[in-house]
Amino acid sequence: MVHGEAWTVKELFVTPNEYIYWSIQIVMYPFMTGLVAGAFVLSSLYHVFGIKQLKEIARFALVFSLALLPVAMMPLQLHLQQPQRGIEVFMTPHFTSAIAAFGIVFSTYGAIVASEIWFLYRKHLVEQALALRSKANKSASEKIQHLIFSALTLGAYDISEKARQQDEKAVKVLAGIGIPIACFLHGYAGFIFGSVKANALWMTPLMPVIFIMSAVVSGIALCMLTYIVVMEIKRFLAARKKTTYGTYHSVEEIKGIEINVIKMTAKYLLFFLIFAISLELLDLIFRGYTAVKTWDILRSVIYGKDFMDIFVFQYGIGNLLPFILFLLPGLTIRRTVIGVILVLFGVFMMRWNVVIGGQSFSLTFAGFMHYHLPIIPHDIETFKEGLFGALMVIITPFVLFWGLNKIFPVFKEVH
Amino acid sequence: MITRRNFLKNAVTGIAGLALPLAAIEIVDPKKLFADKGETQKVRWAFLVDTYKCVGCGLCVKACKLENEIPYDANVTRTWVERYILTKDGRIFADTPKGARDGFITSKIDLGEGRFQDIKKEDIEKAFFVPKLCNQCENPPCVQVCPVGATYQAADGVVLVDRKWCIGCGYCIMACPYGVRFFHPVYKVAEKCNFCYHRINKGMKTACVSACPFGARQIGNIRDPNDPVSRIIRTERVSVLKDEYGTRPQVYYRGISREVI
Repeated sequence: MVHGEAWTVKELFVTPNEYIYWSIQIVMYPFMTGLVAGAFVLSSLYHVFGIKQLKEIARFALVFSLALLPVAMMPLQLHLQQPQRGIEVFMTPHFTSAIAAFGIVFSTYGAIVASEIWFLYRKHLVEQALALRSKANKSASEKIQHLIFSALTLGAYDISEKARQQDEKAVKVLAGIGIPIACFLHGYAGFIFGSVKANALWMTPLMPVIFIMSAVVSGIALCMLTYIVVMEIKRFLAARKKTTYGTYHSVEEIKGIEINVIKMTAKYLLFFLIFAISLELLDLIFRGYTAVKTWDILRSVIYGKDFMDIFVFQYGIGNLLPFILFLLPGLTIRRTVIGVILVLFGVFMMRWNVVIGGQSFSLTFAGFMHYHLPIIPHDIETFKEGLFGALMVIITPFVLFWGLNKIFPVFKEVH
Repeated sequence: MITRRNFLKNAVTGIAGLALPLAAIEIVDPKKLFADKGETQKVRWAFLVDTYKCVGCGLCVKACKLENEIPYDANVTRTWVERYILTKDGRIFADTPKGARDGFITSKIDLGEGRFQDIKKEDIEKAFFVPKLCNQCENPPCVQVCPVGATYQAADGVVLVDRKWCIGCGYCIMACPYGVRFFHPVYKVAEKCNFCYHRINKGMKTACVSACPFGARQIGNIRDPNDPVSRIIRTERVSVLKDEYGTRPQVYYRGISREVI
């Protein structure tokens, strides 16, 4: 079977080779990179601009962004027809292609995030390494831990006040450089689509900016959601054990910190959400107003075939509803959870409507293609590029975060 | 301490220092070098489709599939033929069932999803067939977007794919405004019409040109002033498809109507 045939249904005049070649994994790719970039920008708001109220969530957002980083590449690998040659994008880049920049941008960004985390956690790493070193009769797991922590210190054991100050300075500088690079990482994902002149829906210079704005929105939303889940677990444990848990002393204290952090972060979420929606609407209005040759087919896709996906799911449920939820006075944790889940859904639908929507009409401008997500896989292709492949991509960052949290504890006071 | 004099002195030295290595590492463009030496490429392949002559028999599609080992029943093809029917009430119908591999055996228009529409003969204002294939663009967007350089333009203008290098990302398929690219069902890499490169380099015609009983398809060298195809392109009224994309396609059409896209 031809690639794409399994999930494409053609209607009216479509040329023989047209299929929905870029499927669910290419929806996941900008969605996941968006989360990476967004989480990083959130953490930088504290480190660079010194927004103190975000201190609690900043460290968490940074480590989470590292956990998300490898996952930005995963959907691309799952989508390639020759995944074993994927490394060639790094090794033999062809620089007229937007995708070729991926290797450089991705590794630069990875290096910045990793070194920022290193500077941030250096004291903790040194303390752990020294504590484990001095311990007699180490168990097997402690021996491994000792090895990991010693290696991660990179031989720098100076944690004097002066050294710590230098660390803080380095964190600030890295976070500062990181913002434009994070935006570039995601903006260029938008460029990959925006620069395809053959696709009437994708081709707009606004695409990279729209992608960055919605990326920040989704990154903040995911950080808020994960933060709430972790804090709620802590609250539950603290209540059950009736003792102190970690650095927090009581259930009330946890609750107080949680709602404060959430209220502050929600403001930034709204701010970026307004930007994202304005740009998307501007794009839509502009297309309708200028009404060039391709507008006929775009109109029938936007207002006809994809009406539910765009106006009901994306703008209605994904943007307007959470907007109202956050604006109503007396924000509660429960309302926030619903809000951020809807925001994440809205951003996902935006990616879906760009990637799948852009392929839902033919190059003939006289035919349509419908996408049917493979649910039950019957071969490797429908597994990789189906529901299960997408779920794999969603689950992986949380597994990685769980592992990273063991080395870089995000909720313990380590400074 | 920085004085104005020192600052200016250092700035000038710095700029001079930067400018020198930039000039030293200028990359030599082989094309420019050849042009300077007066050696120009002697062959530039171009294609001519005479839509007045096409009857939609599909022998070209069949020949192409067999010649280029595109699985016969796979729903992809390097070349195909489109049928356009314009009715008296201004409606446009078009289809290409299986790329017209078996020709147009019924007068019913294929609407996809297993639906067909019959159009009465007396309602038809005009009808014609349009063969399509890779335009071997002078400015190919597919070559531009390939992240690893697996697809490239040969000196004679034909755009080729390296099957051993293609990573199968599909970006070239997305970038082509003509929909000529697809994934090969067996090799799982990008695939496209290459003007039967293995044949034209041996002085033969492409499979589709050889198979066409009506001479609707012709291939020639646009650089050769005596080439019949080149002469028609220069002296007659021909057009190309979707030139608004700036791709400079090299498949020329005679008798094309504005409805064709």
